[in-house]
Amino acid sequence: MPQREPWLGWIYVAPLLLVLVPFFVAPILVVIAVSFVESDGFGGIIPTFTLANYVGLFSAKLTLGLYLATFKFTVLTWFFSLVIGFWVAYFLVFHVRNPLLALGLFLLCTVPFWTSNIIRMISWIPLLGKEGLINSALLRLGVIGEPLEFLLFSGFSVVVAYVHQLTIFMIVPIFNAMARIDKRIVEAAVDAGASRLDIMRLIILPLSKTGIALGSIFVVSIVMGDFFVIKVMSGGGSASVVGAFYEDIGVLQYPPAAASAVVLTVVVTVIVALMLRTVDIRREIAR
Amino acid sequence: MVSDSKSSNGNSISPAAGRKRGVSRRAVVGGGAALIGSAAVPGAPTIWAQEIKDIELRHVGVSYSVVKAIGDQASKDLGFKVTMQNLDTSAAINRFVTQPNTVDIADLEGWQSKLATKRGVIQGIEVKRIKEFDNILPIFTKGEIEGHKIPRQGISPYEAMYIEKPDATELHEGVTEWATFLPQVYNADSIGYRPDLVGHEVTEWKELLDPKFKGKAAILDVPAIGIMDAALCFESAGLISYGNKGNMTKKELDFTVEKLIELKKSGHFRATWTTFDQSVQLMAAGEVIIQSMWSPAVAAVRVKGIPCIYAPVNFKNGKEGYRGWCNGMGLMKHLSGKKLDAAYEYLNWYLSGWQGGFVARYGYYSPVPSTAKKFLTDAEWQYWYEGKPAPSVINDPYGVAMEQPGAKRDGGSFVERVTNISCWNTLMDESAYMNKRWNDFKVA
Repeated sequence: MPQREPWLGWIYVAPLLLVLVPFFVAPILVVIAVSFVESDGFGGIIPTFTLANYVGLFSAKLTLGLYLATFKFTVLTWFFSLVIGFWVAYFLVFHVRNPLLALGLFLLCTVPFWTSNIIRMISWIPLLGKEGLINSALLRLGVIGEPLEFLLFSGFSVVVAYVHQLTIFMIVPIFNAMARIDKRIVEAAVDAGASRLDIMRLIILPLSKTGIALGSIFVVSIVMGDFFVIKVMSGGGSASVVGAFYEDIGVLQYPPAAASAVVLTVVVTVIVALMLRTVDIRREIAR
Repeated sequence: MVSDSKSSNGNSISPAAGRKRGVSRRAVVGGGAALIGSAAVPGAPTIWAQEIKDIELRHVGVSYSVVKAIGDQASKDLGFKVTMQNLDTSAAINRFVTQPNTVDIADLEGWQSKLATKRGVIQGIEVKRIKEFDNILPIFTKGEIEGHKIPRQGISPYEAMYIEKPDATELHEGVTEWATFLPQVYNADSIGYRPDLVGHEVTEWKELLDPKFKGKAAILDVPAIGIMDAALCFESAGLISYGNKGNMTKKELDFTVEKLIELKKSGHFRATWTTFDQSVQLMAAGEVIIQSMWSPAVAAVRVKGIPCIYAPVNFKNGKEGYRGWCNGMGLMKHLSGKKLDAAYEYLNWYLSGWQGGFVARYGYYSPVPSTAKKFLTDAEWQYWYEGKPAPSVINDPYGVAMEQPGAKRDGGSFVERVTNISCWNTLMDESAYMNKRWNDFKVA
């Protein structure tokens, strides 16, 4: 076999580099640089090296509060989208016998995603409001005497909107992972006397791990990096990490906002790295 | 939400739109443009018409101030294209500062004009070139009206109005030949409430804090102005007296935010709102019955047939008063030559009345009421500016009936409302700290 030219490798990665360097590496370097300078209070920066932005960030109780609030929504959204996504994928792969029908049903799952995220979020408001459909129905049925206020402008409505928006990101990779499971393994397990729980625990779950990890990465990084759903669905009653530094940008305080963004990037990177440690994505995908 | 709605009006050269401005240059241009190619038209206007027809001015700002219908009318009247682009307050100022060349006319609030001046992204407006400048109300040009000194809490438009030289980066105290921005629309903000559910007349900010309205009140969630609404409430309730509500000290900020957190924890606020539409929805859907609000939002609730009143919060015992705001147009630094000329044409058109009439129909004011008056019916003038009972049905800017005969504008006449402004939208010296504390309130 002839020795591969060293430059050939560079050609292979060139397209990716062409996208990543100008659109990811360069901007993030700028953000990192700005996070170490001082703000002049009028949108300008004073080019002196300072750690003040980070010191301010780590010494504020607010930061902890913001992260706790964001983690809360992340974990809840992750949990519900995983439970729903897993069972939908499981049903499609193992219970729908006709592959064409399974594919059709799978595509059906994507139908709600043909409209914009924002519309799907906003349409919950008339449903969940004090005078919304659910409250009016319950009131008329006499189930409740007072409208349920927790339905809207609450943590509940934030999670509902996120789960509605993000479950598809769980379904797709889990469906994909499950579809690769050789059905004969399941049959063999049944023949060997395995219970349904054993099959789930020892075969399906381990073999769907990649899908679960991929889906989780999507969901977690999207929720951690979002502020709009929290802002609208909590009725402004809850804050988020991104929401807080967006307010800084609103008054042109770029350096503290940049420091916040850098810290968030590091946090999300660590979380994603931990998730990746649970599965070897490369090997699993090549499987 | 950041939305960029672009308007366009391509074929804008129409025979001089029938407006009563005497034989203006525009009229000549309109006629000339129709005859391009014919040698019969004498030199100058044709050249001007040909040169300006390719000009496009991008007027960028918030949706309640930069309105597509106004841009369309300007394009029609002026013979060149004006494109209106909308962004939210924070996205707008960020764009002016970081991408100044993508904007021609920046729509600025007083405090934004101060920022833009500091950053050197705008150029001074030569006052002499503004035809109606002397007719602009002295609220803006001199900081007073009818002998009443306009309060300087926050950043009043007058304070942000002048610079000494066209390229100065510091505001100047007192009248000069150069303006930072040209005021175009303004109002006095207070509380909106549902009279049917509140049950009595509201004339004081402290009503917003009344425990009776627990779980049914809302406040504006734009930190810089939300905190001022909160301050007006706490001052009205006698909890604190501020040195300057528009430029609080750290201690005052702490007090204000702690109080807000207390209220939030007790479940006082049903929600906070950021956009005009949200405030309308909150009120119309019965989620809240009292909240800090903007005038057209109150009108929008009323158009739905739901009673809603804009509380008149006239000064009382040195407390209360409206929170005033004003948007004006700034010329970006990169404008020069023909484009700068066109920009001045546009500024002059803006103050010539059509726009003043348009915004009056949703409750905002023009800095040159004398020209706006020509574009309003007598009934509209009496209702919106004089605070008299409407002699006939009052329509909104798009022709939908809004008020029945006999209805009176909340808060009374123009003069009564503007002389009761107690503070102006602002950017505090401690804005970074204020933001942090506001987020403490949000996350609590």
